[in-house]
Amino acid sequence: MRSLISILDLSVAEIDELVATANDIIENPKKYSEVCHGKKLATLFFEPSTRTRLSFEAAMYELGGCVLGFSEAQSSSAAKGESVADTAKTISCYADIIAMRHPKEGAPLVAAMNASIPVINAGDGGHNHPTQTLADLLTIQREKGGFKGLTVGLCGDLKFGRTVHSLIEAMSRYEDVKFVLISPEELKLPSYVKNDVLKKHGIKYKQTTDLEAVMPELDILYMTRVQRERFFNEEDYLRLKDSYILTPQKLKNAKADLSIMHPLPRVNEISVAIDNDPRAAYFKQVLNGKYMRMALIMKLLEVTV
Amino acid sequence: MNINPIKNGIVIDHITAGKAMQIYTLLGLDKLDCSVAIIKNVESGRMGKKDIVKIDFDYEIDIDVLGYIDSGVTVNVIKNGEIIEKKAVELPEKLTNVIFCKNPRCISSCEQELPHIFKLTDKNQKIYRCLYCETKAKNL
Repeated sequence: MRSLISILDLSVAEIDELVATANDIIENPKKYSEVCHGKKLATLFFEPSTRTRLSFEAAMYELGGCVLGFSEAQSSSAAKGESVADTAKTISCYADIIAMRHPKEGAPLVAAMNASIPVINAGDGGHNHPTQTLADLLTIQREKGGFKGLTVGLCGDLKFGRTVHSLIEAMSRYEDVKFVLISPEELKLPSYVKNDVLKKHGIKYKQTTDLEAVMPELDILYMTRVQRERFFNEEDYLRLKDSYILTPQKLKNAKADLSIMHPLPRVNEISVAIDNDPRAAYFKQVLNGKYMRMALIMKLLEVTV
Repeated sequence: MNINPIKNGIVIDHITAGKAMQIYTLLGLDKLDCSVAIIKNVESGRMGKKDIVKIDFDYEIDIDVLGYIDSGVTVNVIKNGEIIEKKAVELPEKLTNVIFCKNPRCISSCEQELPHIFKLTDKNQKIYRCLYCETKAKNL
């Protein structure tokens, strides 16, 4: 019985296998429409996240399975003071697999240590969000045909942005990938990510505050939102939230085959004028997230076509 | 300075000079009723200066705690005045309820029953990280 807590729980071969399954699901959806018949996914969302929860639920329904769960802590036994460990043991009696989002870092790991069914981390505070990374990887693979030799620009909140950290960790395991880190000084990539991942793997990277200057180099531009909920201080949030806003003007020198990505939801960091640009890949990313979650649920439930 | 040899008990030798009090506190030796000697700044051929702790009681030491505080120490087990075992202490792979996660966003900050577990993630730099949130522990 396996769980997915961090993207590094999956080997490169396993990620490639999930990408291949997701691509096959996209090509042949009918083949997979009943593979999870009779199986139940419990979506335990201790903090609201409509997008991720609905993606998991849609994924399970499209595999022919059922879904049960809750979408906020107030409607769960956590409101009565139940521990994550006890919740995991209890839900193991009702469902076949758990997708858990929790505001506290490490909560899904605690659930996985106590559940007798697989647990998928659907986001734990500012820590890990591995299925977002899986969505990102499938999108890059489909847009670019692979990962080798890509220059990936990461822009915005690189300090608190967990999707950025996980994507760097995942892509650092592929050959000849280069990163361009674009952020205000206050939201630079933490040194532990630079030391433990980039420097350790000998990955080329550069840091800048100027998005337009590096635009022509990029194959991928991954925009992020400055998230209010990650700041203890409202003043800092207000000062930094509009640091980078991507407009058609800023794309003037971009490559014709650039892919623009964003984990969504966006606030204003990508102008809606870009939505119809063929290089905008962020809504495809949402769809790819559902397919990767389908592939992941199948893998963890050990069901085959 | 003379301290009588112990008959049955433990001698923690080769302690980095200045760390004996930390060991005394974190091993909970202050709670023992037996004689405990803390000898500081003893001359040592290998270390220049070292500390020694002698416990006049057959006490089961938490080797993990000791390894975390000072991984170079030696534990000598004394029976009837003779050393019957010498244990070299290494950095433990895992620490449970020895150090505590200070990250207010960590699940261990709000669930009191949860043990505080830290894993050794970099042996050379002696880096421990919280099992749950991966926050780095501050070095002692």
